[in-house]
Amino acid sequence: MERLAPSARRDAYGSKINRSHSPILAYGVPWLSIMLASLTPLLPIIAPAPILPPFGYLMLLGWRMSRPGLLPMWAGFPLGLFNDLYSGQPLGSGILLFSLTMIALDLLETRFPWRDFWQDWLTASVFIPVYLLASALFSGAPFALDQVYLLVPQLLLSIILFPIVVKMISLLDRLRLTRVKRIG
Amino acid sequence: MAPPSSNKRTGSNKRAQLGLFAGYLAAGLGTVLGLLLLAISLWRPETFQGLRSMANDAAAPVGEVGAAGRVGSRNFFEAIAGYYQAGSKNAELEREVRIARVRLAEARAMEQENARLKALLDLAAGDVEPVATSRLIGSTSSSTRRFAYLSVGSAEGVRPGMPVTSPLGLVGRVLETGRHTSRVLLLTDTDSVVPVRRATDNVVAFAEGRADGSLRIRLINLGINPLEVGDIFVTSGAGGLFHPGTAVAMVSEITDDGAIGQLLSNPAATDVVIVKPIWQGEVLESMDAPVEIEQSDE
Repeated sequence: MERLAPSARRDAYGSKINRSHSPILAYGVPWLSIMLASLTPLLPIIAPAPILPPFGYLMLLGWRMSRPGLLPMWAGFPLGLFNDLYSGQPLGSGILLFSLTMIALDLLETRFPWRDFWQDWLTASVFIPVYLLASALFSGAPFALDQVYLLVPQLLLSIILFPIVVKMISLLDRLRLTRVKRIG
Repeated sequence: MAPPSSNKRTGSNKRAQLGLFAGYLAAGLGTVLGLLLLAISLWRPETFQGLRSMANDAAAPVGEVGAAGRVGSRNFFEAIAGYYQAGSKNAELEREVRIARVRLAEARAMEQENARLKALLDLAAGDVEPVATSRLIGSTSSSTRRFAYLSVGSAEGVRPGMPVTSPLGLVGRVLETGRHTSRVLLLTDTDSVVPVRRATDNVVAFAEGRADGSLRIRLINLGINPLEVGDIFVTSGAGGLFHPGTAVAMVSEITDDGAIGQLLSNPAATDVVIVKPIWQGEVLESMDAPVEIEQSDE
């Protein structure tokens, strides 16, 4: 990667002279984007079967992986609660799964401190099926094991879409760190 | 490559150790709380209804814009499709044939229903005054549960239990109402069971959702399976709630104890739905019932 001289006046996030990051933007964008992604049930798609990936969860995974430490450990509770209000799952299922994901990712990170894109994708492709299956089991409706085929299209779509979600997160990350605050 | 977060190796830094511990503690508490809430909402599904309705009311404007956009964009695509006259006309005709087929089945069912009612009660079933008309503003498209959201609620007179129909047939029933939104249990949800009968005769069955856009039609009288592919099922009105004679499903596959039916009113293709009052035919019948018993006692 090309490195900018420390004394350069501009970098990818804008002018360095007289400008600084906005704390609201820097800390708010991840939360806001995950919450917006949790609103997918309000998209004008009336699906006869579960087809759309759980975008809120994908965003959580993406943010947690690309910016570890930015979301606090307890973020699973409020974000899961918000997700539950709209997802149609019984309240608590998102809270539980989001919180467990935060803990699991943290433990995983302690084990593998340096990760690359492929490993992140592999991790996501393990976490997403577990999340979807657990959501289906917690959904409150009788879910027989022979209905697992229902989840397959959604599962494949989620795994394929994950890199795109991560790319979107990296764009949002650039927005997040834009120097908008004027100093002095 | 994501850099490892710096606070992992705490070493002998007491403050960092405490921070890490507090983080795990908070996340653990969140998990436990989630488990608790999940248990409560599985045990008593209606517990958090108010919270959910409030959230939906708050976000409904987004959904309504989306629903309007859906109609708008469809018109936009139709405008483009206008250049390909043959294709679009074909699609239009196909749609009309589909509606006509449903209408025909419904008319037949209604005729029969009428005859039965007239014979039984010497009464003709009148048209039902709809409670409200509305748009479906969204659905739980990433959950295995099949709920949809309506842009009308208790302020417009919608109550839980009311059947929701489209011009093509039954869509579902209202489960929860907020001020200006309500949650609809779609027919394809695995929790949804609707008493149905074959439009042409009185073969009665239950239509259960399978969460994948089709319904399992389970015959009540087991024996030789009289169903054939292409049979149309309408609501029977048994047990109240759903008005008799509303189209539900068309048989697409025969199974041992009934059939798999395709939903006639695909919610994805409907713009406007009608909320109808709860059907109370059963109540009228049960009001008559004691009289008969008294007469037979004498």
